[in-house]
Amino acid sequence: MAEGSKDQGGVGTMDPEEDSPNMIVYRKIEDIITRIQDEKAGGVAIRTVKSFLSKIPSVVSGADIVQWLIKNLSIEDPAEAIHLGSLIAAHGYIFPISDHVLTLKDDGTLYRFQSPYFWPSNCWEPENTDYAIYLCKRTMQNKARLELADYEAENLARLQRAFARKWEFIFMQAEAQVKLDRKKDKAERKILDSQERAFWDVHRPVPGCVNTTEMDIRKCRREKNPHRVKKSVYGVADDSQNQLSPVHISSQPARKPTKEDVQKEITFLNIQLDRHCMKVSKVADSLMSYTDQFVEYDPLVSSVEPSNPWISDDTTFWDLEASREPSQQRVRKWGFSLEEALKDTAGRDQFLKFLESEFSSENLRFWLAVQDLKRRPFREVPSRAQEIWQEFLAEGAPSAINLDSHSYERTSQNLKDPGRYSYEDAQEHIFKLMKSDSYARFLRSNIYQDLLLARKKVSFKPMTQDFNTSLFCWDKVTLFKN
Amino acid sequence: SCDFAPSGSFSPFRRLPLPAKRKYMRSPLSPEMATQEVPLNETLAHLKTESETLKLKLEEERAKLHDVELHQVAEKVEGLGQFVMKTRRTLKGHGNKVLCMDWCKDKRRIVSSSQDGKVIVWDAFTTNKEHAVTMPCTWVMACAYAPSGCAVACGGLDNKCSVYPLSLDKNENLAAKKKSVAMHTNYLSACSFTNSDMQILTSSGDGTCALWDVESGQLLQSFHGHAADVLCLDLAPSETGNTFVSGGCDKKANVWDMRSGQCIQSFETHESDINSVRYYPSGDAFASGSDDATCRLYDLRADREVAIYSKESIIFGVSSVDFSLSGRLLFGGYNDYTINVWDVLKGTRVSILFGHENRVSTLRVSPDGTAFCTGSWDHTLRVWILMC
Repeated sequence: MAEGSKDQGGVGTMDPEEDSPNMIVYRKIEDIITRIQDEKAGGVAIRTVKSFLSKIPSVVSGADIVQWLIKNLSIEDPAEAIHLGSLIAAHGYIFPISDHVLTLKDDGTLYRFQSPYFWPSNCWEPENTDYAIYLCKRTMQNKARLELADYEAENLARLQRAFARKWEFIFMQAEAQVKLDRKKDKAERKILDSQERAFWDVHRPVPGCVNTTEMDIRKCRREKNPHRVKKSVYGVADDSQNQLSPVHISSQPARKPTKEDVQKEITFLNIQLDRHCMKVSKVADSLMSYTDQFVEYDPLVSSVEPSNPWISDDTTFWDLEASREPSQQRVRKWGFSLEEALKDTAGRDQFLKFLESEFSSENLRFWLAVQDLKRRPFREVPSRAQEIWQEFLAEGAPSAINLDSHSYERTSQNLKDPGRYSYEDAQEHIFKLMKSDSYARFLRSNIYQDLLLARKKVSFKPMTQDFNTSLFCWDKVTLFKN
Repeated sequence: SCDFAPSGSFSPFRRLPLPAKRKYMRSPLSPEMATQEVPLNETLAHLKTESETLKLKLEEERAKLHDVELHQVAEKVEGLGQFVMKTRRTLKGHGNKVLCMDWCKDKRRIVSSSQDGKVIVWDAFTTNKEHAVTMPCTWVMACAYAPSGCAVACGGLDNKCSVYPLSLDKNENLAAKKKSVAMHTNYLSACSFTNSDMQILTSSGDGTCALWDVESGQLLQSFHGHAADVLCLDLAPSETGNTFVSGGCDKKANVWDMRSGQCIQSFETHESDINSVRYYPSGDAFASGSDDATCRLYDLRADREVAIYSKESIIFGVSSVDFSLSGRLLFGGYNDYTINVWDVLKGTRVSILFGHENRVSTLRVSPDGTAFCTGSWDHTLRVWILMC
């Protein structure tokens, strides 16, 4: 039955791209719908129910559908099953026989399955002329169950005004439809009428209900038939149906890979083959230990002191973070890695303070200056790069740093055409140096230990600027000795 | 040699040797020339075969390192227990689908953009609207807050990314100071400031990503490699990081070197469009969300997918993903109006959150991890927290 939509042929079938995002979901729903209707394979019982004076053919209760979903899709919570079932209804695959609103209820409410002819996977985009014909024909049939709801009556009135000039045509089409319908068997008509109504409930939903036919505009143009030449639900030929749907952007034909593309791919693959990779076991251990380290700092997993501002409406937590007087918990984080220490402005300050006490702050100041360089507008980069060279690397530089000759050579070369990344090698080298040498000593220092163990109150004069609060952030006094 | 310390100092783009020049090779097609080396006249078909062979070899090599599953190793980790997450703020004011949002570094302000062309800056804590801009186009699919908090960037069907400085004067017309920065040849799908207000990274329906200098509007670097629309991007969290990851309609997630414009790693295991990518907080891995209804975790050091987050009952696509601060939780916003919360290590779903009345289109955890915000086609944004 899942292929039924194509076999049914319906005038709406446009052979869309099978793996477009919408189609993927439709096929999954259709798979569920097929299984749920297969009574022999554990599906629900579709029965004719005797009601007051008549029989209601081909229905199933909402509760049965919910139970089936729970059992067959491994769902634990009935709320989830109801939610999924309601979505399947909202997309038009099942519908309540006595309501325009397409949701699933976990009770005796009766539901029917939609005909594959009307499935959304047929890419219907029914015109208002079709809708007008439909509403018109409903008024022609003297049946209580076909009476128009208020919103439908309003829609009809609006359409009559809009199509005033061709209303005779629409009226005739509606009459023709009514004639065709009269020829059908009574029970069959009940079913078809309800399915037709459910189709329109999807494409012209009750005001306030979600219109599930709305599309994500980014995904529209990849359908094989992006211009969606529209065919009428009732087989009515109409000039206006050749209009391009306004919602579609012009599609670009998918680029076929050229020789250059494949050559690039081969180069890339060879590089990947050379790459030294870690085993999944080692990577798993690493992910676990990182998470374990930070879980106590994670407000969506652990509670925070004094309280999460969003819960208590009290911003103390944020005020404390902003103050440069760090809590012990926060100081402890600086000990996780040099990256963590440098991420925190207070950590950065304290590390700088420590280095100054050792007269070795030029490394960190260099690192910070290179960070700043990368944040500059393009226009300012060359001059800043030169300033950094003068301060840290030139012969007789006031804050001379120690680079290996290789990095020094490369950097010197880079400076001939200075750019934001001219100092990458040097910065990486200096970072490794700090990490292996001064950072370890920092963690053992009194400056750090006093804070970690909250041994004494220290005054906090800001020593480095917060990157994030100003565009032109570097106070030369901080970074440059001159 | 590489440093494999767990806390993210591993550099994935160590200087690699250039591939050997392959201009000459014995031609298998003309035996009479077998004694000479001739310039290679490889046809597209030959190249494709070679590429396929290499792909298989690569997969073989990587599979050798796949000695265990993440969730197996994580069995020894303590379970998370019951999770109750609630909406603490609902932001109403957009007149149509909310498509994108971003947090300010101050942890409480938010910028959001909508299908009706409106971009709104909110103090989500008080729910007050602080600024509003009407873009000249509909479907503003991307927006971002500048690190300084002094500007926002946005764009969409206009194929551009524009920067609006935020004035302290609420009456000032923001549109007057608008600065056009990025120009693509198709819709703008995502944008992000780098660590500074001075550079913006963009992705587009034209299949490329690009890095721009805000002040001059100059293109600093472009990134080519996706075979279809690029839908999302995320910058590596490292302070010195110069990489970012992008996801596209070609089902690929690519990791890029911002300095050279080269793609340094690529992952293709999803079965449909990748709508969202987000780095794990250490920068060693990233998660993706796709129209195939799954989220996946890719580790850069293993160069491999190491987890897949899916359920039989979840059949609608994932629109956006983000991690909690420690990386223990992965939040996914879905097209079925729900948010699923995943235990990243164990691979199980911890919670399902109902509340939105239409697709969840965007989801971001706040900068200090105290809350996360979702935007939806139901015109609203919600801020969620964990209730202990």
